[in-house]
Amino acid sequence: MASALPMRAQVPSVGGEHRQHASWSPYDDNGGTVVAVAGDDYCVVAASTRMSTGYSILTRDKTKILRLNPKCVVASAGMQADMETLHKMLHMRHVTYQFNHRKPMSCPATAQLLSNTLYYKRFFPYYTFNLCAGLDEEGKGAVYTYDAIGSYERVGYGCQGSGKELIQPVLDNQLKAASPLVLPQQQWLSSLPLEQAVDLVKGAFVSAGERDIYTGDDVEILIITKEGVRTDRLELKRD
Amino acid sequence: MLHRPPSHSAAIGPGAVPCLALPTPAALEQRQQLGAAQAPSCGAEAFTVDPAALAGGQPRKHTQYPYVTGTSVLGITYKDGVLLASDTLGAYGSTKRYKSFERLRKVNDVCAVGASGELSDFQYIMRLLEELSDDDFCMDDGHHLKPHEVHSYLCRVLYNRRNKFDPLWNSIVVGGFYGGKPFLGTVGMIGTNYTDEHVATGFGNHLARPLMREKHRPDMSEEEATALMHECLKVCYYRDKNSINKFQLAKVTAEGVTISEPFALETDWNYKLFANPAANAPGTW
Repeated sequence: MASALPMRAQVPSVGGEHRQHASWSPYDDNGGTVVAVAGDDYCVVAASTRMSTGYSILTRDKTKILRLNPKCVVASAGMQADMETLHKMLHMRHVTYQFNHRKPMSCPATAQLLSNTLYYKRFFPYYTFNLCAGLDEEGKGAVYTYDAIGSYERVGYGCQGSGKELIQPVLDNQLKAASPLVLPQQQWLSSLPLEQAVDLVKGAFVSAGERDIYTGDDVEILIITKEGVRTDRLELKRD
Repeated sequence: MLHRPPSHSAAIGPGAVPCLALPTPAALEQRQQLGAAQAPSCGAEAFTVDPAALAGGQPRKHTQYPYVTGTSVLGITYKDGVLLASDTLGAYGSTKRYKSFERLRKVNDVCAVGASGELSDFQYIMRLLEELSDDDFCMDDGHHLKPHEVHSYLCRVLYNRRNKFDPLWNSIVVGGFYGGKPFLGTVGMIGTNYTDEHVATGFGNHLARPLMREKHRPDMSEEEATALMHECLKVCYYRDKNSINKFQLAKVTAEGVTISEPFALETDWNYKLFANPAANAPGTW
């Protein structure tokens, strides 16, 4: 927690001496990794459950995934307090959307809403790194990847958070998908069968857990298909 | 009930809660006396500028660092409730300034909180919570805030204040027992929060939580939990120079909240490595 181990600030005083006192930052990185892989008729979303600050583990079981409806979830890494606020905001907007439209919000609509919500705080951003994932209106897997201020892009697979440098290249290598923007249009959804995609995600998390101190404890895995959302859990090392 | 502007809306910020309640006849009369032509006809308060923002032409300053602080608060769940523990020191820098400051407080029959960090901010937070429980009491319908609601409320208050760059400099532990289940959560000065079977703020996260991780079970008896808590307090007292040997223990069970009288723990400073700390660290003195 920020106040748990306050940073020390050197403040020059009038006499030219340096006075030390606690200072604070409105931001803290609580770590964590989120991954999503889209297939022809499925989407796999996974997030580690460790929450850390600095070298300390705060808790081993904190979900990073917001389940909006059976076709769309948002997974976020970064600062926990901002993440919770963002998730509460999206949840509230999703509820009012359903009152107004009598249907759950689609994945592409949620993706645009998330972008707008992030950009709304352009000059005091949410310190969160998000993935919006699920099935689009055609039932195809959809993953949207974001930066902290709302730039977003639809991709075939994505990774965000503290383990992204470790996991993203593995996904690039294994899934070899072109950008959906490339012309002429190429196959950009993962062509892996569902079970292999789940194994790939699990393997990626196990590897990231070996080298990234902020990824560990447990991985929460959601498998989204037209039948609904299935959950799986992978135990990582707790060191 | 007479209309009284609740200060917990002030914690969220002006304008956050629209004050559209119908004015009582007494309030209307008072308004006429003041001749407030600018007052909105809906009965809401007229817009005013925070006088602090105008005082002396100086820009308003926010808390930049804490003054009187409390150190770690510890919390564990056990078979039929939760235990919270802390010492009773309010330190002014490294001066042991207030030695009987009670940092564990009851919120209502199902919930207690403990705070570390700036103690004046904690007193302000307690005022907010007391106002909420007073309202519950006045409603007299048997409803009261549940522990997770108190926790959620404090998370929002602290997060909103960090958004204003005017933080409440506290880490707070919320312990409660409701619906046959113990609740234990914590929130920091920037709103970072979690619930767990054991929590600790500040140094406690480094000193006590390893012990808790090793020895805590959710089905501990009260005696076992108390023994573990005493051990954790002792370790914190040995290694945290901003702590004193005067502790309090709060217990929240189905029977309600009890906060113990301050007590001291027996300490032993004759461990070999205490007597000669340099033995295993050549080059130090």
